[in-house]
Amino acid sequence: MTDSVLHATAEAGRAPRVRFWHDPSFWGLLPSRLLMGFALILPIFIIAAVSVATRGAHGGFAWDFNLAGYRQILFNEGWTGELEFTPQYLLIIVRTFLLAGATTLICLLFAVPVAYFISRQPPGRKAALIYLVTLPFWASMILRVYAWMIILGKDGTLPRLLEYLGLPSGMSLMFNDGATLTAMVYTAMPLMVLPVFASIEKLDGTLIEASHDLYGSRWVTLRRVILPLTAPGIVAGAILVFVPSLGAVLEPSLMGGGKQMMMGTLIQLQFGGGRNWPFGAAIAITLMALVMGFLIFAALRAARREAAL
Amino acid sequence: MNQSKAIEVKSVSKYFGAYQALKSVSFNIGSNEFFTMLGPSGCGKTTLLRMLAGFESPNSGSIQLNGREVVAIPPHKRRVNTVFQSYALFPHMTLEQNVAYGLENLGWDQTRIRNRVGEMLERVHMSQMAKRKPAQLSGGQRQRIALARALAPEPEVLLLDEPLSALDLKLRQAMRDELRTLQRDTGITFVFVTHDQEEALDMSDRIAVLGGGEVQQIGTPTEIYEEPVNRFVADFVGETNFLDVDVVETAAGQATIRTPFGVALTVPATGHAAKGRAILSVRPEKINLGDQAQGVVFEGRITNKNYMGGYTHYTLDVAGTELRASRRNASREGDTIPLGATVPVGFVAGSARVLAA
Amino acid sequence: MSTRHDVKRYPGLGPLSVLFFVYLYAPLAVVVIYSFNANNIAGVWTHFSLQWYSSALRNTALINALKTSLTVAAIATVVCTLVALCAALAIIRGKNVRFRKLSETIVNLPLLLPEIVLAVATLILFSLIDVQNGVIRLTIAHSAFCTPFAFLPIRARLQGMSLDFEEASADLYADRWTTFRRVTLPLIFPGVFSGAMLAFLISMDDFITSNLLSTGGTTTLPVYIFSLIRSGTSPELNAIATLLILASLVLATVALLVAARGNRDNA
Repeated sequence: MTDSVLHATAEAGRAPRVRFWHDPSFWGLLPSRLLMGFALILPIFIIAAVSVATRGAHGGFAWDFNLAGYRQILFNEGWTGELEFTPQYLLIIVRTFLLAGATTLICLLFAVPVAYFISRQPPGRKAALIYLVTLPFWASMILRVYAWMIILGKDGTLPRLLEYLGLPSGMSLMFNDGATLTAMVYTAMPLMVLPVFASIEKLDGTLIEASHDLYGSRWVTLRRVILPLTAPGIVAGAILVFVPSLGAVLEPSLMGGGKQMMMGTLIQLQFGGGRNWPFGAAIAITLMALVMGFLIFAALRAARREAAL
Repeated sequence: MNQSKAIEVKSVSKYFGAYQALKSVSFNIGSNEFFTMLGPSGCGKTTLLRMLAGFESPNSGSIQLNGREVVAIPPHKRRVNTVFQSYALFPHMTLEQNVAYGLENLGWDQTRIRNRVGEMLERVHMSQMAKRKPAQLSGGQRQRIALARALAPEPEVLLLDEPLSALDLKLRQAMRDELRTLQRDTGITFVFVTHDQEEALDMSDRIAVLGGGEVQQIGTPTEIYEEPVNRFVADFVGETNFLDVDVVETAAGQATIRTPFGVALTVPATGHAAKGRAILSVRPEKINLGDQAQGVVFEGRITNKNYMGGYTHYTLDVAGTELRASRRNASREGDTIPLGATVPVGFVAGSARVLAA
Repeated sequence: MSTRHDVKRYPGLGPLSVLFFVYLYAPLAVVVIYSFNANNIAGVWTHFSLQWYSSALRNTALINALKTSLTVAAIATVVCTLVALCAALAIIRGKNVRFRKLSETIVNLPLLLPEIVLAVATLILFSLIDVQNGVIRLTIAHSAFCTPFAFLPIRARLQGMSLDFEEASADLYADRWTTFRRVTLPLIFPGVFSGAMLAFLISMDDFITSNLLSTGGTTTLPVYIFSLIRSGTSPELNAIATLLILASLVLATVALLVAARGNRDNA
């Protein structure tokens, strides 16, 4: 063995400092970085810039720094420039959170018992039921909302049923927050059942038996054993339902009618007929900030939870 | 047997982060040898095997395969094949396709591949299952296919990573014999990794005992068992009693020692020759009890006994020192010494070994 | 006997679950039933008829929207499956990848942002750089937001696949490309297939982004359906809905079966 060979092998053995273009993972990650960079990250920076730009006279915008877009969320600017507090947009933001929160809660209320019931079935039937839960999710979202329009709408299935039962006819079940909520819950339900089911499925059945063995009733076992141990799945499901619900567009625009807006429809309106891009961008950034804040909060809580276990 | 070297490992070191998995390890493996790397988990044996295959590279040192430096050569260019612990049979290919895979990559022609695959399946008695997929096989059958697949390209060295650990006890015994026969028939160098000392003693031409990232001892199975060079080897391979002793005199390859229970004796000083504190290793089966006691004889009281069927383990109290002895139950009445009895205890001085404390 | 003291059983869950499944499927069933209704007014049943199906199939606006949707979804599926496959290979199998977690977050970014925000942001981008072609706008946007849906199944599959197979392949003289072609790709194929299927369905189903980005000549199916709904529910719409629901249920079933089969084969 000569020194040069020893030297060469030592070189080869070290984690090699390769130039990035010799590194296959650089090339593997390049397409996703280009795609997301161009179609996602760049647009987000642009919309952030537009949110502080000036509204153009005939739609569009001009690159002049202006906070009017954000100011408009809370205040109405009078002819003489005085600011008047107007809660109409704030109310839309609050309604958005209330509807998304209610959607999450209702989904949870149904998903936990149903997921538990499914997890208790024999393997074959279990797979079939989970397939049945997943299936409607694949039917087009717009059609799932449309189905509820047929049910709740004028001459719809439910008003006719109520009429048949002797209740006052001509009752409008559409174009209110209840109708929007109904459609939101329906479209989001599979997203809640699946993660909750996955975590209940992982729950060791002997833990339930151990709880009963130690004199815990069904209720105590549910509260002190089942729910705490399935919390990760419940949190995952809640995030999967809550975040897209905040950005809902189809449900409020079809079920809520023109008046009962959510943040999603309000944003869309600014880029359509309403034509106020900086204001639309400002609401979009606000929505994004709220969602990001919520996700970071959830991630930090999850990390703390994990650290505690 | 060791006239030519198939593998030469020289001062190989390996770090995983700050942890040093191998500390300048060196050894040679002869051609046609059945060589075993034995050690507890984390001793570095699997890392070494993966280095021979080319899946890991050392941070320093050299590895030569038949005189050729291979550290910089990727696995697919080394004439070395591996039998994986998980067997790693490709689940989407039939057994036939699995065995042919290496040959196709070597660029053999179709006829030659077909003949070789047939021959290999024949050799491991799996010809009639050639068209099946790995999922349809039992553990032992998978093991055979993994062997056929690795041997088909006629590698210079066959590496086996704990290939028997997934099998049940009876099958494991049969596979040991089968592996040994296969090695003799093919004449290929086998490098076998295991944590099971019995497997190592049974199959190997030579064993390297690894511990703490270092080679503790290399030798034939008898050398490893009967002449361990240090406490680690004596403790890891087989069972033993360690007695704290004083070496009072050494002369002409003999050491005179004093035991904790007062008996002085002279033993061959092959392992350790310095005066002062040392340990004496005596295997339980070398300790004789009752009427069988011979060699150095003293007295002990039976404090515990475990009947194992073929033999019985006794725990003895000899003047405050605990000793373990085992006795073969040669007849129906073999297990006759009652608990609490005081009996003569003895061992032949030559069967004990003095080691550094 | 076994049920009398079954501590894992909570009373009332069975009936509740039955109701739940009725709730899941009843709205879809209503659409399907009314699609066979002869009456002009969608909600009033007169008698069975297939007339709305024949009028739906002769609707050129519908066929054009379907063509646009299929074109966009097909291109976007190919693009995002390739992007996702490369990214998954680099993230799961790459050695010494710096910012591994961040790289993964970038791929999954569309899942973390509300779609409406992305949609208007992309709209502004395209109007700034003056991209007028509707199919190009839609294809780029769809490729981006469908990528995580293709990525997640591929990633899961790759992570579940033991490194031993790739090492065994290298051990048996296969170079990197041969290993990828003959071992890695066949073994992760169920993941790649369900990823592509998911991406395709998500693209076909998208309304929010398509509604903002599509132009006069390039209306996608959901956007067209939205305009139909806006102009009043019609029985023809029920027929279209039924056909689409059936198509997506069949596709989803095929995707799930392939994934399940792959899991069993490589168990």
